[in-house]
Amino acid sequence: MSFGEILLMIFGAVLVENFIFARFYGCCPFLGVSEKPDTAFGMGMAVTFVITLSSAVTWLVYKLLELFHLEYLQTIAFILVIAALVQFIEMFLRKFIPSLYSALGIYLPLITTNCAVLSSALLNIQNGYNLIESICFGFAAAIGFTLAIVVFAGVRMRLATAKPPRSFKGFPLTLIAAGLLAMAFSGFTSLSF
Amino acid sequence: MRKNSGFIKQLKEGILDNNPVLVQLLGMCPTLATSTSVENAIGMGVAATAVLICSNIFISLLRKFIPSQVRIAAFIVIISGFVTAVELIMRAYFYSLYQALGLFIPLIVVNCIILARAEAFASRNKVLPSAIDGLAMGLGFTFALVIVATIREVLGAGTFMGMDLFGEYYSPIMILVSPPGAFLTLGLVIAIVQKIRNNIEDKKRLEKLMKVEFVDHSAKLAKKEDESV
Repeated sequence: MSFGEILLMIFGAVLVENFIFARFYGCCPFLGVSEKPDTAFGMGMAVTFVITLSSAVTWLVYKLLELFHLEYLQTIAFILVIAALVQFIEMFLRKFIPSLYSALGIYLPLITTNCAVLSSALLNIQNGYNLIESICFGFAAAIGFTLAIVVFAGVRMRLATAKPPRSFKGFPLTLIAAGLLAMAFSGFTSLSF
Repeated sequence: MRKNSGFIKQLKEGILDNNPVLVQLLGMCPTLATSTSVENAIGMGVAATAVLICSNIFISLLRKFIPSQVRIAAFIVIISGFVTAVELIMRAYFYSLYQALGLFIPLIVVNCIILARAEAFASRNKVLPSAIDGLAMGLGFTFALVIVATIREVLGAGTFMGMDLFGEYYSPIMILVSPPGAFLTLGLVIAIVQKIRNNIEDKKRLEKLMKVEFVDHSAKLAKKEDESV
């Protein structure tokens, strides 16, 4: 893949095939941690950090599995690697970069069970990307996630002051707002390459 | 007899009163993504139910041996083992369904419903209740998926399980089968569920209030009678 193609892939992963609005990976944190823009941004940054690292590590792990013809173990291997990586990042940040830890720390334990991380690792393998492409794709997917969650947090700030009918209060209203935002994002589909 | 009624109560709890998707609001990703058609929804629901029952049984068997510090990691390993088994079985026998569901089969590993039941129920209860709990919650998940998928497929594509329903004069509401439609439909379904729950709650409160007033009134009457005597 040339540089230009990688650039197109990044663009596509952020806008056209957005992880939340087009593929539904990572909806739980998207609906759960999007009440305020700054916490949403913190979550997005933590996810970006973990996905970019885990894309590289899981790609290497997959090559190792391939060596022993154990490809069918990829799901187990990936989830274990991701859990260990998240734990490791948490310890590393606490020890060496406390300022970053205080910003991202509370979101890190939630990330192990974030399906965006596992699905980007699996997509890298499914699409047959090499190491550089995997890292770029992981990073782009995570930026798409961050964009979606921060924009949605802005929408929810407005919704907090709205007075919906009683049965729409809370979760249904959030989901419908997400639906409208997804409609806006589906406008990017015509850009597909 | 008593055992039997407990079984039915647990099932009712999982499917209606404490439905994992519609009431507990867990497992949103698969619900949104695989409810494009009823067939996919049933496939996803059955796969998740199988994993849920197996992992609940296994975790319940091992509940005395798993140290509590590493329990989440242990649960994830057990769950991902069963997910891999289900994935291989589906690839061998239901290949078209396997392709339609795509990545969402391996993603059952990170489905919050399964981890939540392992943590909240299976690691604290005996094997048989855990198995029933897995079945009940799995059926609840399937039930919610099928409801959302039926609305989306019937209105969005004009078909049900692949059968044409309305003939050629019906122009389907395309948006319902596309991603935004998933959010809208699930939002409306949960709103309806909340409406029903609110109504039940109001009714209960009203009954309680009326009872209190009635008791008050009769007590007053009795007092009056006493005084007059």
